Amino acid sequence: MKLRKLVALAAVMAMTMALMAGCGGSGSSDSGDADGAGVLKIGGIGPSTGPAALYGLAVKNGGELAVKEINEANPDGLQLEWMWQDDEHDAEKSVNAYNKLVDDGMQILVGSVTTTPCTAVAAEAFENRTFALTPSASGPAVTEDNDNVFQLCFSDPNQGIASADYIKEHFADKTVGIIYNNADNYSSGIRDKFKSEYEDGGKKVTEATFTDETTDFKAQLNTMKDAGVDLLFLPIYYAPAANIMTQAAQIGYAPTYFGVDGMDGILGADGFDASLAEGVLLLTPFTPYSEDENIKEFVKKYEDAYGETPIQFAADAYDCVYAIYDAYQKTGLDADASMEDICEAMIKVFTGDFTASGLTAESMKWNEAGEVDKTPKVCIIQDGKYVEQ
Amino acid sequence: MADRLKKSINAKGLKGAAKGSNQYKREAIISYGILIVGYILLQLGAATGLIGRNLQGQFVPICVYMSLAIALNLVVGLSGELSLGHAGFMAVGVFTGILVSRILEESISAGWLRLIIALIAAAFVASIAGFIIGIPILGLRGDYLAIVTLAFGEIVRNLMNVLYFGLDTNGRLRFAFNHTIEGVETSGRIITGAIGATGVDKTASFTSAALLTAFTLFVVLNLKNSKQGRAIMSIRDNRIAGESIGLNVRKYKLTAFVISAALAGMAGCMFGQNYSTMAPAKFNVNTSVLILVFVVLGGIGNIWGGMIAAALLTVLPEALRQFADYRMLTYAIVLIVVMICTYNPTIKARIAALAGKIRPKKKSSGKKTGKEAA
Amino acid sequence: MSVLNSLISGLSLGSVYAIIALGYTMVYGISKMLNFAHGDIIMVGAYVSFLLTNHAGMNAWISLLIAIATCTVLGIIIERLAYRPLRGTGSLAVLITAIGVSYFLQNAALLLWGADPRMFTSLFKGFKTIHAANGSLTITPESLFTIIANIIIMIALTLFVSKTKAGKAMRAVSEDNGAAQLMGINVNQSISLTFAIGSGLAAIAGVLMCSAYPVLMPTTGAMPGIKAFTAAVFGGIGSIPGAMVGGLILGIIEIFSRAYISSELADAIVFACLIIVLLIRPTGLLGKKINEKV
Repeated sequence: MKLRKLVALAAVMAMTMALMAGCGGSGSSDSGDADGAGVLKIGGIGPSTGPAALYGLAVKNGGELAVKEINEANPDGLQLEWMWQDDEHDAEKSVNAYNKLVDDGMQILVGSVTTTPCTAVAAEAFENRTFALTPSASGPAVTEDNDNVFQLCFSDPNQGIASADYIKEHFADKTVGIIYNNADNYSSGIRDKFKSEYEDGGKKVTEATFTDETTDFKAQLNTMKDAGVDLLFLPIYYAPAANIMTQAAQIGYAPTYFGVDGMDGILGADGFDASLAEGVLLLTPFTPYSEDENIKEFVKKYEDAYGETPIQFAADAYDCVYAIYDAYQKTGLDADASMEDICEAMIKVFTGDFTASGLTAESMKWNEAGEVDKTPKVCIIQDGKYVEQ
Repeated sequence: MADRLKKSINAKGLKGAAKGSNQYKREAIISYGILIVGYILLQLGAATGLIGRNLQGQFVPICVYMSLAIALNLVVGLSGELSLGHAGFMAVGVFTGILVSRILEESISAGWLRLIIALIAAAFVASIAGFIIGIPILGLRGDYLAIVTLAFGEIVRNLMNVLYFGLDTNGRLRFAFNHTIEGVETSGRIITGAIGATGVDKTASFTSAALLTAFTLFVVLNLKNSKQGRAIMSIRDNRIAGESIGLNVRKYKLTAFVISAALAGMAGCMFGQNYSTMAPAKFNVNTSVLILVFVVLGGIGNIWGGMIAAALLTVLPEALRQFADYRMLTYAIVLIVVMICTYNPTIKARIAALAGKIRPKKKSSGKKTGKEAA
Repeated sequence: MSVLNSLISGLSLGSVYAIIALGYTMVYGISKMLNFAHGDIIMVGAYVSFLLTNHAGMNAWISLLIAIATCTVLGIIIERLAYRPLRGTGSLAVLITAIGVSYFLQNAALLLWGADPRMFTSLFKGFKTIHAANGSLTITPESLFTIIANIIIMIALTLFVSKTKAGKAMRAVSEDNGAAQLMGINVNQSISLTFAIGSGLAAIAGVLMCSAYPVLMPTTGAMPGIKAFTAAVFGGIGSIPGAMVGGLILGIIEIFSRAYISSELADAIVFACLIIVLLIRPTGLLGKKINEKV
């Protein structure tokens, strides 16, 4: 009995050691022979499993597509390598993923995808001097105090203010209500700014909240209906938005909906009755139904490769890779420069007069705080298509 | 029978107790041994560069999860109750620790001192939470206790989602149930509801985390070997017999539960001090379940088994990163297979037989030495 | 009127919980295990029905039948492969295995069907919403049919366990496994049957739930699973009418606290009510008192 336990213990210890050796070994060897062939290693972190997998997988695919394009377009020039790690939308796992990427010789980071994990990673990347450009983590905490972290998406406060201004200007006579996810950084971040900006003019908004676990929205919708709300602002992702629209239709409530960039994707959602989204207004930097040639081409390539219509996150990731690629050319560094050197050089380029154009905006510029300056577009859904307003 | 039970609980120097103390020594040596050897090996590995950043980054979480496994073993192993709410105590510890550390940031510059005070505060608040939830529910049995602890964990998480803490301009702590706390500026905010805490000044380190694990071990092993510990275990084995010799069942169970809660709170505090951001969503049922998995996989009541399980299961998902998209699926399969292999009687017997084939030589030599000694 | 509206929403949500809770309660009754993977079977059922309807052009009702069949088989397979090897080794080991199965189902679904949320097409698409009392009272077909389905299932199940031979055998096994075996009852068969029925019900619950709340993802079943588990304990785990009562009360408490107290704290209130109920009645509302043997 006793011996068997000892044997088991020994086996377990051996396994642990093997695992450790495995981890350590791969780490040192990879960073050791840092490829002479001019390959820049770009790491990506996001949730490719778990409840937020939708966003992580979009970024993973979008980034991969851009890397492939760049490498094929110019086989003799700077080549990129796309290294993806899953973080399950969890801060702890995200830091693990970051460390793994550093072990594997990552030089520049695209990520993390979601705000809370990204905040944790940003702090590590700041200490460790990694240049990070996040495609989609829009909370202010991500860039706060971190000179090395930049956002490609709008920051939440900017979206809130832009939405409030648009509604004040174009829908002055409507009664406005908000349903938002108060367990979500993104949603409550936009709502805070929206509310203060909108109520600045002396008007009041009716509010209702939900959390990630909410499935039944009838209570919230009845609150809105009873308050006579005829313009419903939904600073949330498209899955709960589709849920809200379906249930509103069930109880015969039909306000005008106004969404933000998270709403994008609703038309492509498998099984969604697009007639429910008719007349929905949304503030978005990207629509897959655009007539723009670059976007059309991107959407086609993406659909061919992954069998899905890209959502905004995929376009953001695609733009991230291109922005990094363009900026890197300006640093004048070799592909095998160290992570720390790249970080300082890239910060200089990004805070300088560098502009990047992509699917989500023309000539994006970044400020010292790491926020991007781009103009949001307001679209309306008509006949199952986005029409720019 | 009752008489014998009473004696084995109370008396020192009796045969049963002596045997118990030998077992205790062995358990203590193995447990502390794992911790010390592990600590030295990992420190060496990190110093020589053999261990990469990825594994180094997990040193503190491994220690935290080990502590949690030890703490939960006090409830599940020693007192034989099922708790699915330890993530709740962990959350209480995390946010207490963050608050205390932040309040002291201006007056105490030494990180380690703030950490110690934060740990004590976390233990205190978590033990109060354990006491409040423990008093009414410990009359419940088995799976009913499990669901109530699960409910408790969810209540803590939901409450944290609507609680906002901040320091006002005079440096006083204030809280509210919505975003605007009276007298608190944006820069004074510490915990903002579901978004949690951001910009935490990290004070945890591998050494402090390992020391915390050692402390947890010390508390639990000593309790296990004390009069109270034996009483708790005798209640687990036969509650009615325990009651019949006059043991206050509730009191003993409550003691185990509160100590376990306090230790889980301390582990949580250490965890919170290791990351720059913490959101309440992390402390859901899945985390409670994960801690329980450590305990069950390590063998219920087996302290060092739980420690090893905690370390392995923390490293495993990271080691499986090479499987990319199939990582979590592989993890699930490994979990199921390991459970079946460790608990299914037939497979267990086969493994034992296999181990026996390797072992006979050693066994015979063991017998010989036994005879020689005799 | 808004109180009545909330009551209807509550009954409808509660009916979904009740149907899921039935699966929990029956499995618990017979094998004394908490089947944490039960919620994920709901998700599988909903996916099967959705894919057949939306991508293979099948009639929604036929796809429901196929979903029930698939989940029934899945339930039996899971019991056979993951739970049976651990029977009699204590509830904890099986609990952890069930959690493993839950992770497995979620991640397999993610790999098979992707992370994109699917917008479930309601089974009752052709039916009209009933508006009464000048339009202030609305009853959606989803609510109505979910409540009706719940009642039918409850009656059918009660009749099944009390009148049929297989049902009586199930009750005997859950009462005393060993004695039932001695009486010549095939315990394995009874347990398989329980898993089959529970999983089949989960498929129905999945389709009903997604008809009312259309978003379907690999993690869709997790939270309703936990809520239904709560409902089962609320009503007294092991008791069929208990599951129904527990589910309905839970649904109503949830909707009312969301509408009149706070939507963030709705779950906390539900769980707090559970704790209070268990303090007053330690084995749930309709649970049997456990007699202690010395």
